[in-house]
Amino acid sequence: MYEGVVQNLIDELGRLPGVGPKSAQRIAFHLLAADPADVTRLTEALREVKDKVRFCSVCGNVAEAEQCRICRDARRDTHVICVVEEPKDVVAIEKTREFRGRYHVLGGAISPIEGVGPDDLRIRELMQRLADGEVTELILATDPNLEGEATATYLARLVKPMGLTVTRLASGLPVGGDLEYADEVTLGRAFEGRRLLDV
Amino acid sequence: MRPGSGQASTGPTLVWVYVAHLALQDFRSYESAEIALDPGISAFLGPNGQGKTNLVEAVGYVALHGSHRVSTDAPLVRHGAPRAIVRAGVVRDERKALIELEINPGRANRARLNRSPVPRPREVLGMLRTVLFAPEDLVLVKGDPGERRRFLDELLTVRAPRFAGVRSDYDRVLKQRNALLKSAAQHRRAPGPEVLSTLDVWDTHLARTGAELLGARLELVAALGPLVAKAYAALAPGRAADLEYRASVSLPELSTDRAQLAEALLAGMAEARKNELERGVSLVGPHRDELLLKLGDLPARGYASHGESWSFALALRLASYELLRADGDDPVLILDDVFAELDTGRRNRLAELVAPAEQVLITAAVPEDVPEQLSGATYEVASGEVTRVR
Ligand SMILES: Nc1ncnc2c1ncn2[C@@H]1O[C@H](COP(=O)(O)OP(=O)(O)OP(=O)(O)O)[C@@H](O)[C@H]1O
Ligand SMILES: [Mg+2]
Ligand SMILES: [Zn+2]
Repeated sequence: MYEGVVQNLIDELGRLPGVGPKSAQRIAFHLLAADPADVTRLTEALREVKDKVRFCSVCGNVAEAEQCRICRDARRDTHVICVVEEPKDVVAIEKTREFRGRYHVLGGAISPIEGVGPDDLRIRELMQRLADGEVTELILATDPNLEGEATATYLARLVKPMGLTVTRLASGLPVGGDLEYADEVTLGRAFEGRRLLDV
Repeated sequence: MRPGSGQASTGPTLVWVYVAHLALQDFRSYESAEIALDPGISAFLGPNGQGKTNLVEAVGYVALHGSHRVSTDAPLVRHGAPRAIVRAGVVRDERKALIELEINPGRANRARLNRSPVPRPREVLGMLRTVLFAPEDLVLVKGDPGERRRFLDELLTVRAPRFAGVRSDYDRVLKQRNALLKSAAQHRRAPGPEVLSTLDVWDTHLARTGAELLGARLELVAALGPLVAKAYAALAPGRAADLEYRASVSLPELSTDRAQLAEALLAGMAEARKNELERGVSLVGPHRDELLLKLGDLPARGYASHGESWSFALALRLASYELLRADGDDPVLILDDVFAELDTGRRNRLAELVAPAEQVLITAAVPEDVPEQLSGATYEVASGEVTRVR
């Protein structure tokens, strides 16, 4: 244990995802030794995200305004929605430049083990977006693991009566993987080769 | 084919595989150990508790990524050490590969092949195949159905490593589905439409992966049955041994078509749904199936004598060995302390059956227990030191 303020910092860092006690210590001591200007920039950045960034009221992506950059962009195709688990997946797909439609961020995947059911995801919001009939295709780009597949199956069955074209990203994505870690080429190809989901 | 191996020349051309080199670090009682091995027969001799089984357990671990003695990895790591490392130099068709496994209890294990890390340890499964005979095998006959399911699934994985993936997918679906059923069972009210439609989704996934596992098991049992009967007859002439797979759902007759099996599982789940929702667990699927071992008209479990049970357990292992050979890979045989339990007649018959293998590793506390047909290289194991004496 270190003196109060240092230990506080280590504890706070240790609560971040993917940061274990050892890394937390390393980061803390790095910050202690760092140039004050660097640390100021970091604290500013932290404050700013909390002040300025929120979630897009339409798609759930991170946004600096009421709506995100993509939802505000009039050139994007309003007939297609790509459903993803997390905002980071939007970033991964945008990098491929294969997709010109809009997104819907669910905020996770169905996982009873973690107590996450359909109610805990932004599924109701998705249904509202689909209600007016403007959207004709839904691309289910949840992660290629069991929970992502289950979520895709759930959604496909839910929207089936609406008669949309429902596709799932083609395999070629590593199974058991995270969309975020698929490289751009693979993810791009998966987009082109997406298949109709039969439920 | 290796000259002078005494192998009968029938059957497919075998790929000769043997372990040429084994190095342990903090594995079981060994702080560090390094031994060179030859093809053919090697016996590890020494008094009780000296580390003989620990050594062959390590070889088995390289093949299965699991131990024949314990179901978790923690006991495999030397007391007080953070992790264990097992390195095996495996010669396949005269090419040598170095397999390294780092055992990290409670965290993901890591593997390297020829010094390059592989993304998942699973990817080095299949580099080495072993069939291990041990006193623990008695539970295959006398123990719960889970032991026999594990036997089948392990053999599936040895034959086709991708089954490690099928099994872990199935386990994961089962966990998710059970979590949902359990939370539904805890609510007094009848489950709402949202729970039911989510359950439908898990049903589909359980049926799909379950059908794959079930179909593979059915095919395996069909192939294994005659081999078990033959091995049992060779070991212990008398009543005939037979296998029968009993599924938790009624199956289509004589079909292992995966789509039909998935249908059968879905139908079984539909029938059991009310019961499952009440009890909060999955009652249908390959995790509830039983492999029935029969001697004549009677089940072996609960009826067979001690000696008969032993012979049946050995017959299951011998049949596995035959099956793997029929696949074209000559597995390394490991006989941990098995001769002590057998009478002279069965000792000699077992020795005859295993002697032609490319490599046989034997442990025994009493040297005289090892039949003469199996004399070869000899190692002495005493307080964690392994010395070749012959
Ligand atoms: N994780 C561990 N850390 C340290 N020692 C261990 C560990 N696991 C087992 N041992 C020790 O290893 C010894 C047993 O070794 P092993 O089972 O190989 O004996 P053996 O030579 O096969 O004996 P037997 O003839 O009785 O079968 C025991 O003394 C046990 O205490
Ligand atoms: Mg032993
Ligand atoms: Zn948006």
